[in-house]
Amino acid sequence: MTTKAAADTEATPTEGTPLVKLDGVSKYYGNIRALEGVSLEVHAGEISCVLGDNGAGKSTLIKIIAGLHKHDAGTLTIEGEETTLGNPREALDHGIATVYQDLAVVPLMPVWRNFFLGSEPTKGTGPFKRLDVDLMRRTTHAELLRMGIDLRDVDQPIGTLSGGERQCVAIARAVYFGAKVLVLDEPTAALGVKQSGVVLKYVAAARDAGLGVVLITHNPHHAYLVGNRFVLLKRGAMSGSHTRDEITLDELTRQMAGGSELDDLRHELERDSAP
Amino acid sequence: MSATAPAPAPSPEKVTDERLLKTSPLKKFLGRPELGSVVGAVAVFLFFAVVADSFLRATSLATVLYAASTIGIMAVPVALLMIGGEFDLSAGVMVTTSALISSMFSYQMTANVWVGVGVSLLATLAIGVFNGVMLIRTDPPSFIITLGTFLMLTGANLGFTKLISDTVSTKSISDMEGFSSAKDVFASTITIGDVDFKITIVWWLAMIAVATWILLRTRAGNWIFAVGGGEQAARAVGVPVGRTKIGLYMGVAFGAWVSGQHLLFNYDVVQSGEGVGNELIYIIAAVIGGCLITGGYGSAVGAAVGALIFGMTSKGIVYAEWNPDWFKFFLGAMLLLATLLNAWVRKRAEATK
Repeated sequence: MTTKAAADTEATPTEGTPLVKLDGVSKYYGNIRALEGVSLEVHAGEISCVLGDNGAGKSTLIKIIAGLHKHDAGTLTIEGEETTLGNPREALDHGIATVYQDLAVVPLMPVWRNFFLGSEPTKGTGPFKRLDVDLMRRTTHAELLRMGIDLRDVDQPIGTLSGGERQCVAIARAVYFGAKVLVLDEPTAALGVKQSGVVLKYVAAARDAGLGVVLITHNPHHAYLVGNRFVLLKRGAMSGSHTRDEITLDELTRQMAGGSELDDLRHELERDSAP
Repeated sequence: MSATAPAPAPSPEKVTDERLLKTSPLKKFLGRPELGSVVGAVAVFLFFAVVADSFLRATSLATVLYAASTIGIMAVPVALLMIGGEFDLSAGVMVTTSALISSMFSYQMTANVWVGVGVSLLATLAIGVFNGVMLIRTDPPSFIITLGTFLMLTGANLGFTKLISDTVSTKSISDMEGFSSAKDVFASTITIGDVDFKITIVWWLAMIAVATWILLRTRAGNWIFAVGGGEQAARAVGVPVGRTKIGLYMGVAFGAWVSGQHLLFNYDVVQSGEGVGNELIYIIAAVIGGCLITGGYGSAVGAAVGALIFGMTSKGIVYAEWNPDWFKFFLGAMLLLATLLNAWVRKRAEATK
């Protein structure tokens, strides 16, 4: 991982209407409180990180933004307009694209077919209406290049790319098809250190292209490298919300890892290992 | 790892890359799904050319092509369905059903046979839609659903025929209006030089061309690969999974209609018990042709070559004057060899990329 990505984030947060704003959003499944009172802002050209341990409510939050679940309380505001998202299609129509960790691509298909899957450009009319293969290949190569992925051959099955590269293709696809908000579900969870660095670089590239990014992760180091805002979730509730200049990596890690609980644990371990 | 530092503005020129070694046409061919079947077809051809003296005669080859075309007309749409990740076990008896409907409707209504042919087309397509809708509306795999359709059609074919004509075959319709023109379309013979070619060969070639066009150059083709190779991913990017699968089942039904009409106008009467077991032959031809049994990979040309292997083997054994009982043995051996060869080729193709 490079220090370059960290340096890029020095840009000051842009003022103005947030692309997506959650205010006191709650979600209940029957008598289970999955999420309560969570507030989050996503601005264009910024990365908002959502951090939390397993079961903290990260997936529930994603599902509300992606339109899979409706929120039960609080407000969801998209570009200044209060809405409720009923299904993923509505979210897409609002320019919110979600990249899931393992549902992104069809492994056996060539990269260029995957890139345009579901939105293929055609030329010709009537029975001769056909895929604009040339345009598809060229655009795929060019768009991936723009994100910094220099692909040798757009004809190779996407399954032959590494996990990180597949995530990047999915991100590049969302950017190309005009997403304004990119929601990334643990993009670095299954990846090694180097691969994670590659993905984070493309996340930064998407931000520089003017998108608002929601980065869900349980790794504070990855979050701090690129993030502008940090929301910490703990057992369904918001345990902290900070902008980059309010918090250091150490403090973020401490809060993420359980804060005072970790201090207690450290004391305990030090006492044990002292003699 | 192919990722490097952020690159300059994209260039619109043709995609070239110095890291990409020039691929020879041979190597490109090695990566095609139909490779295994082409190698197999050449081997089978050479084998019978050596052991059977009469195999290389033009008339023999026309007979081989005819046998291949009757299987190939069905193997091509079945291959598309398999690429889309599904099976159709009712494909074999659906051919008989289609012929029976056409024959009995014309006979009972004393209508022009073309009316029967039209009704048969609609009814057969409806069976295809039924298979597709049942599959996407309910949970069980297509294997079970089409097994149900297969049994129902097998029973209905016999039951209705006996109910209506009191025997297991239909009445002759050769003296009815429109028979000769329908025979021209579905069962005529084209003479080139002094060799007779059946018109089914033309139907077969047309279906290969259309299927290949759909698969490689249309949006629907992209969707077929996607629903077979990763249904959830396809759904997530907005591919109409249900419509694609129903369309594929309708394709199989269309093939069954063409085959059924050939059956009817070639022999004039239809035996209602026919067709059972043929569905496996179509699937085998598709697998020999390089279709992955789990979906997402394959080609229409491959399935056609698989059908050609079938035609050469079944007729070649006759020309070699062997006991035709050995046909099934050869078939099984061929299927195993083709599957192994395909697996090996695919592994190599993916490793070199």
